[in-house]
Amino acid sequence: MRKGLLFGLAALAATASLPAAGPASAAGEGPALPQMDWSFSGPFGTYDRHALQRGLQVYREVCSTCHSLKYVAFRNLADLGYTEDEVKAIAAEYTITDGPNDEGEMFERPGAPSDYFPSPFPNVKAAAAANGGAAPPDLSLMAKARAGGANFIHGILTGYEELVPDDVLQSIFEHETQVRQEEHEVALAEYEVDQEAYEDKIADGEPATAPVAPEQPQPVASIADLGLAETSNFNAYFPGYGIAMAQPLYEDSVAYADGTPATVDQMSRDVSHFLMWAAEPKLEARKHTGLKVLIFLVVFTGVLYAAKRKIWRDVH
Amino acid sequence: MSGFQTNSRVIKWIEHRMPVFSFLDHAVGSGYPAPKNLSYMWNFGSLAGMTLVIMIVTGILLAMQYTAHVDYAFDSVERIMRDVNFGWLLRYIHMNGASFFFIVVYIHIFRGLYYGSYKAPRELLWMLGVVILLLMMATAFMGYVLPWGQMSFWGAKVITNLFSAIPVFGEGIVTWLWGGFTVDNPTLNRFYALHYLMPFIIVAVVILHIWALHQFGSNNPLGIDAKGPQDKIPFHPYYTIKDTFGLGVFLIAFAAVIFYAPNYMGHPDNYIPADPLATPAHIVPEWYFLPFYAILRSIPDKLLGVIAMFGSIAVLFVLPWLDSSPVKSGRFRPLFRLFFVLLIVDVVALGFVGANPPEGIWLVIGRVATFWYFLHFLVILPLLGVFERPRPLPTSIGEPVLRGGGAPVGATAKPMEKA
Repeated sequence: MRKGLLFGLAALAATASLPAAGPASAAGEGPALPQMDWSFSGPFGTYDRHALQRGLQVYREVCSTCHSLKYVAFRNLADLGYTEDEVKAIAAEYTITDGPNDEGEMFERPGAPSDYFPSPFPNVKAAAAANGGAAPPDLSLMAKARAGGANFIHGILTGYEELVPDDVLQSIFEHETQVRQEEHEVALAEYEVDQEAYEDKIADGEPATAPVAPEQPQPVASIADLGLAETSNFNAYFPGYGIAMAQPLYEDSVAYADGTPATVDQMSRDVSHFLMWAAEPKLEARKHTGLKVLIFLVVFTGVLYAAKRKIWRDVH
Repeated sequence: MSGFQTNSRVIKWIEHRMPVFSFLDHAVGSGYPAPKNLSYMWNFGSLAGMTLVIMIVTGILLAMQYTAHVDYAFDSVERIMRDVNFGWLLRYIHMNGASFFFIVVYIHIFRGLYYGSYKAPRELLWMLGVVILLLMMATAFMGYVLPWGQMSFWGAKVITNLFSAIPVFGEGIVTWLWGGFTVDNPTLNRFYALHYLMPFIIVAVVILHIWALHQFGSNNPLGIDAKGPQDKIPFHPYYTIKDTFGLGVFLIAFAAVIFYAPNYMGHPDNYIPADPLATPAHIVPEWYFLPFYAILRSIPDKLLGVIAMFGSIAVLFVLPWLDSSPVKSGRFRPLFRLFFVLLIVDVVALGFVGANPPEGIWLVIGRVATFWYFLHFLVILPLLGVFERPRPLPTSIGEPVLRGGGAPVGATAKPMEKA
């Protein structure tokens, strides 16, 4: 009986760990994302209101030029610690196209708390046209829609050429050199097979074209060696290293109302924090409820166990 | 049937007109005798039933808020997550409930495989279980399409496209399944309709499954029949309390994931709205389909791959006639035990293969593991019954419970042996 149970648990543990194995492709894998210390991680994690408000400021002053945030309404900003009047004031700074009115005309009015953040472009095509063919993605769910979550967003924002530390660059160069070498060896093996087939054909007097020997790849020693597309910018943490978005944050891109020095790292952390909230606004409620539910379940299951022991006492 | 007694006049009045109380007593009460030696591995049947109820209840509540239209499905799910009272909780329960349903059912199946629960006279019981598994898979697949994220769309596309492998009629069947020339609104609508319908078909087959179960009662860890009343105990209160305790343990694990890692078993890409023009780098099904996905991709020919994938489940239908050993419990079958462990390793390996791109070492492992899977059921199990020498069976359930698990007949009482 014990063994049977163990088998089951082993299978359960093994299958449960499967997604961790994940669809990671060896070739495209870059350097590991720096893991930030987020206040919202862990079972008791909560959002930091100050970071959320600063992150909102970064979104409004920088990201919102190109990126929409369509699932977030102004009323939701109460979660960030704003009062009702402050929420109304923020909403009123936006112009919302409403309508049609009784005359059948669309009209513009100041935003209300029930409105959602307006998109910077009227539609996806306009967004794509203004951004070199690729529409900037909506940011509402970004922190859940990419492996790595908030760390990924932070990584992207700090992963540009002049921001990224030298050792990360070196590790990318080494990794890419190795990937190219491995690809070269595979190509070389294929070439040898082709070459043999070619020689056989020639020996038999059949017509054949000689295969082209693969060239020995040059080691990757600089960003230029990565061979990124001309329209893309180097980013250490973006899959493939080439990202269409130009570096968005520079020292003092925003002037924080609370006087926090606006370094690129600070702004990146704040806006990632904010976007985690935007993606998972019920995180705090979830963790608080979870604690109560678990405490109840543990106590209740303990009672059930005692009852089970009592009822089964006379069997055996 | 009627061991049912009551002093309540009301219950007597109802019972006389509709014997619902004696029916319940006979089904899950004191009137249903069960072997006294069932281990905790026998908890997973009732756990699966409870999970089904949880899925149906949360599913109906979600259906009240969900919109099955390509333009609104994704948004309506986000509305549930953000604006519906406890909508996030409903969705996370339902979403992770699917995974937990499969965890529970897979353990239930492997328990049946280890203790020979599929053998005579329980063949129909087992086959109905396989039908439930198939229905669950179809339901889960269609449910995963409903949020209309990237993996929803591309998963639907890949899986429905499998039917195009059918000769002559393939393309026509796929168009018919889609209700158009690609996965689109008609596909989403019919998947929603079927996703709502199928759980109730599952309930119906579960009732048949339990009906068949009650004919001979549960198998047990020794795999021998009960010799008399001394080997049995009434289902209530013994197994009702044991199952309820098991449910408590299950809910702790379930709640831990729902509240602290609700997206762990999901895929980030499904938080990107479906885009028919942008294919994700890796299209991966949910974890519970990975072993089958691995079998599909291990075969170089598309049609044969599809046949192998469906065959991996079809083989379970005929399992009662493939296993030639008269001994049920793996506890008394030393060689079978070894191969059983290998089968678990094999299926887990297939799961990892399914999660990785079909190239290099993964392709090799996938092919070996696929081969081994079928070898196990089609060759090893039939031969084991011929060549294996099982250990002697105990004479009754009562005896080894008194003497210590699995002690051979006539052996002197030894301290409890782990078996």
